[in-house]
Amino acid sequence: MIEARNVTKSFGPRTALAGVDLSIAEGELVTLVGPNGAGKTTLLRILATLSRPSSGTVRIGGLDASRDGERVRAEIGFLSHQTLLYDELTGEQNLRFYARMYEVASDRARIGEVLERVGLGMRRHDRVETLSRGMKQRLAVARAVLHHPRLLLLDEPYSGLDAEAADRLTDLLVELGRERRTILLATHRLGRGVSVGQRVLILHQGRVVYDQPRGAIELPGFAQLYRAMTSQEP
Amino acid sequence: MIRGRALQFLRRVAAIVEKDIAAELHSKEVVSAMLVFSVVALMIFSFALDLRGEMAEAAAPGVLWATVVFAGTLGLSRSLAREQQSGGMEGLLLAPVDRSAIFFGKAAGNFVFMGVVEVALLPLFSALFDVPLLRADVLLVLVLGTVGYAAVGTLLAAMAVNTRAREVMLPVLLLPLAVPVLIGAVQATRGLVEGATLAEVGSWIRILVVYDLVIVAVSLLTFGSVVEE
Repeated sequence: MIEARNVTKSFGPRTALAGVDLSIAEGELVTLVGPNGAGKTTLLRILATLSRPSSGTVRIGGLDASRDGERVRAEIGFLSHQTLLYDELTGEQNLRFYARMYEVASDRARIGEVLERVGLGMRRHDRVETLSRGMKQRLAVARAVLHHPRLLLLDEPYSGLDAEAADRLTDLLVELGRERRTILLATHRLGRGVSVGQRVLILHQGRVVYDQPRGAIELPGFAQLYRAMTSQEP
Repeated sequence: MIRGRALQFLRRVAAIVEKDIAAELHSKEVVSAMLVFSVVALMIFSFALDLRGEMAEAAAPGVLWATVVFAGTLGLSRSLAREQQSGGMEGLLLAPVDRSAIFFGKAAGNFVFMGVVEVALLPLFSALFDVPLLRADVLLVLVLGTVGYAAVGTLLAAMAVNTRAREVMLPVLLLPLAVPVLIGAVQATRGLVEGATLAEVGSWIRILVVYDLVIVAVSLLTFGSVVEE
């Protein structure tokens, strides 16, 4: 589903990605962990076609992300640091707008379905500005999955969520994984990230320095390994 | 195939415009700020200048367009700032649409907001300055001038919105580039107010039409690069 080859990204003299190679198969749920500034957000933005790599190639679902941007974007659901929602509109109005942008078939039914799924069916007519941070994040998840994307890119999806809301989000991700959606989840929260993923990558100073299936990982040992890897110069 | 793509394009443009109008109906922050500014500006002009008779005919077009332009700049800045809040622009860029649909949608929304303010302004202007502006030929000039201003303003607001001093940056970038449309609009309006026909101010109307076409074409070609990282 994702094929990234030697992807680099520089912002002036600062190198955010220093040659990332990444292959993720269809239906995989992969966790990308790394400290702040490791390049997680930059990588996800490049995969989502929001940013162009300085060099290297990205293919999503077999399509070249730089040449087939429109078709690639139709396959992607992206959850960013921001909710990408309009505060002045209700949850339903926001989703209806995005349904029109993605040309979602039977949009009314689909909107009802995703709102129920994230537990906001009763708040659909409330303006986004009146929702709590956790509710906004759940609505953002509803927006990201509204158009049945094959690939979900989630950037720090647990940020700002309390324990209960984070558990709900984990359940939702596991459910989406069962539907054979490909999920790449970037987080700096080791516990949550590792427990939900089938495969774990560590990104440090713009490079993938660790890539193992979840089964091979013991959390206490992994935390130690993570600290050792992310504290040393590559 | 081409017809299908065109209809899809128009549906997305309409979705953006309707979203902007729905958000504005709730917040009222763009139109109300423009309206308040316009009314205050007109009141100041009416007290500062004794605009009656021939003097009014000579000065009214300049007063009208100065008010429209500064109110429009205020609205453009707010409209794009709304997209930046909570990452709305990023949401638009993630959608599987041509970037030009985003430009058309935003520019059309800005045109609607400016149009609403102009429609509210004209009767007040006519009453204060005793110059009848609620006429089809003057409305045509207003539409042509507003199309060009909204188009170039949307492009430049998209450029300025990520800068730290966007409120300062937008007028600094916009006003010099809008000079042709402002000269054309002021001259055409003045001619019509002084009794000329549309044919007699045809050269100014042609400048407005050419400016609109050029600026829309340039915006379509460059908007994608402006909004992408």
